[in-house]
Amino acid sequence: MGLDALRQKILLMASRAETAVNQSVQSLVQRDYDLAVRVREDDKIIDQFEVEIDEMAIVLLTKAPLASNLRLITVAMKVSQNLERIGDEATKIAKRARDLAQEPPVKINFDINRMAVMALAMVKEALDAFVQRDPAAARGIIPRDKEVDAINKEIHSQLAQHMTLNPDTIGRCLHWIVAAKSLERIADHAKNIAEEVVYLCEAQDIRHTLKN
Amino acid sequence: MRATTRKHFRAEKFDFTSFFFTGLTGLATLLIVAILAVMLGNILLNGWEGFSWRFVSTIPKKDFFDINTTGVLPMVVGTSIRVFVMTIFVLPIGVITAIYLTEYAPNNSLITRFIRAAVNNLAGVPSIVFGLFGLGFFINFIGKHLDAILHNSSAVWGQPALIWAALTLAVMTMPVVIVATEESLKAIPPGLREASLALGATKLETIWRVVLPQALPGIMTGGILAVSRAAGEVAPILFTGVAYYMASLPHRVTDQFMDLGYHVFVLSTQSPNIEQTRPILYATVVVLLLLTFALNLVAIIIRARVRKKLRALG
Amino acid sequence: MPKLNLPEAKTNSPGSNILIQIEALSLYYGATKALKNISLTLGEKVVTAFIGPSGCGKSTLLRCLNRMNDLIDNVRIEGSCQIGGHNIYSPDVDVIELRKRVGMVFQKSNPFPKSIYENVAYGLHLHGSQNKSEIEAVVEQSLRSAALWDEVKDRLHASALGLSGGQQQRLCIARAIAIKPEIILMDEPASALDPLATARIEELILELKKDFTIVIVTHNMQQAARISDQTAFFYIGELIEFDSTGKIFTNPAKKQTEDYVTGRFG
Repeated sequence: MGLDALRQKILLMASRAETAVNQSVQSLVQRDYDLAVRVREDDKIIDQFEVEIDEMAIVLLTKAPLASNLRLITVAMKVSQNLERIGDEATKIAKRARDLAQEPPVKINFDINRMAVMALAMVKEALDAFVQRDPAAARGIIPRDKEVDAINKEIHSQLAQHMTLNPDTIGRCLHWIVAAKSLERIADHAKNIAEEVVYLCEAQDIRHTLKN
Repeated sequence: MRATTRKHFRAEKFDFTSFFFTGLTGLATLLIVAILAVMLGNILLNGWEGFSWRFVSTIPKKDFFDINTTGVLPMVVGTSIRVFVMTIFVLPIGVITAIYLTEYAPNNSLITRFIRAAVNNLAGVPSIVFGLFGLGFFINFIGKHLDAILHNSSAVWGQPALIWAALTLAVMTMPVVIVATEESLKAIPPGLREASLALGATKLETIWRVVLPQALPGIMTGGILAVSRAAGEVAPILFTGVAYYMASLPHRVTDQFMDLGYHVFVLSTQSPNIEQTRPILYATVVVLLLLTFALNLVAIIIRARVRKKLRALG
Repeated sequence: MPKLNLPEAKTNSPGSNILIQIEALSLYYGATKALKNISLTLGEKVVTAFIGPSGCGKSTLLRCLNRMNDLIDNVRIEGSCQIGGHNIYSPDVDVIELRKRVGMVFQKSNPFPKSIYENVAYGLHLHGSQNKSEIEAVVEQSLRSAALWDEVKDRLHASALGLSGGQQQRLCIARAIAIKPEIILMDEPASALDPLATARIEELILELKKDFTIVIVTHNMQQAARISDQTAFFYIGELIEFDSTGKIFTNPAKKQTEDYVTGRFG
């Protein structure tokens, strides 16, 4: 049925988005110029997926689906939008990674890794919850967004402090700030996907309710 | 292209079977038409000589065998009146029975099946048996008792009479009317009845306002069939009301009457001189056929009018 | 004979007054239990849809509401069905009166082979109306309410059988509403019609619900979703779920309902 094809496409798009985030973080941490460039190029594919999924969804809507089928289609459209944004954020990270790779590294001890791991985990688990139709797992993801926000604030203030003390690192520090911000946004989008999964499974709209 | 089409659609060989059956059915039709033509032709040819307006409008004297003085008016009147009285009885009773069977009787109950079997069997009874039935039941039983109740000194009801003949014919043609009515009632889709009932009509109202008007043409067909059959029948009226000779036209239901079909029988068997009588005989047959034809025509016209009204309806 | 006590006061919010209350209703065709213990409450001036696979009993239940099942031999009813507070199956109820207040439109349109005017006036003549101008007025109003007036006003005395399928069905609706029932029962009224005619009937139903309580049996779930306020899902003679239409079609509570509505069976 068309719904299965739609589901498949979401999963394909999701795996690409996950890969993009993974690779962009890798290129950032490992100062891999070529990888960063590749991530930026591959983003086109993710964008194309969003277009295709929306087209499929519209066509499926003409068949007047009901109940869980109807919810799947609206959720698919929202999830694809979030995945596309995740791809964009990964691209932004890759851009900063590319720029940073061309300059000497900044000597500062901040744990971008921890934040990256958390954000990546949130994305992966949100997509797993979608596949498994597991609303409990999805609900578990949502509060973690706060933690990622907290880490982002911490990194931000650390970098701000470093910039004040070492003005020659300002350029590079700004790249890091933007990269961290993108990771924070990726976590946001993962949270959005988790909220959509809850709606799909329970027909409950929990957006904007839990004060996150 | 053209050659290929012709190759695929042209018949391979001459279709003998189709042709054979077309021919066979055509011949059968021709045969029937031919027989009818011969019969009618023979009758008309031979009867034309004796047929005249005077013939039809004269009340004959006891001697039927003089072609110049005889007439068939009483027979025409007798035949017509007995058919007419029969219709008055057979239509209402037949229609009501059919309505009961179709609309009210529980499906497949013992009583319903019994009634249906009775109706079917009635249709198969020989006409002469009806005549005897009429004599035994209507005249000797009902008629005699009626006379007793009314304290009639001489037999008024307990003897052959127009009314008994008409009733006997009614019993005989009842199955035809019942079946024709039933068929036309069944032909009305049940949706119409449902619609009427859903609007708050009773069953009776539904029958009266929706079903019967629709069924009217079919009922009239039954009537036409009954009339056609009855007009030509002689056996049922033999013991129940027909007379060899009546000096005047019948004017009471207890009167006897003369009849065209019976007169044909009389002329053929009582004639002193068959050569002289033949033209009278044929002329009488012509009158009988014309009368039957006229009765049918009147009924058909009435039915056509009813049909037209139904179709255009307001 | 006690009159059916149908409420006169019309409050503004639809469904606020309970009009039809079915309690533990079971129906037997001989030994077969076709309806199993149905309990359902319908409000005034709402459209309720009965949905479910073939043979689930939705039409049977519909026909209980105006006692059209009485016409079938061998039918037995248990439980009660209250309309306007009075059990329509109690022995003192006049079925004729009931059918005046609860009208019905059938799946296959069944106009009488009479004129358009006579069709609509049929119910009026039946129930004793004599006043010709009054009847004419009601006929016109009913045809207007059924969205048919403009198409037939110049040929009121032509045969009803000359109308198209969709027009005939609207005529049947006009005929039903001419006697001003409180409730209109519709048994798949559009299933024999083309999409355009169906759309017109649906529009009509949405208009009619301002004045009548409507119960409609339909095979077409999208139709139920479009026009009904409440939906009842039946399966093999049982009521599985009854809720607002939005809920039934976006997030039904019972798995059976979900399966039926998403086309996984039936």
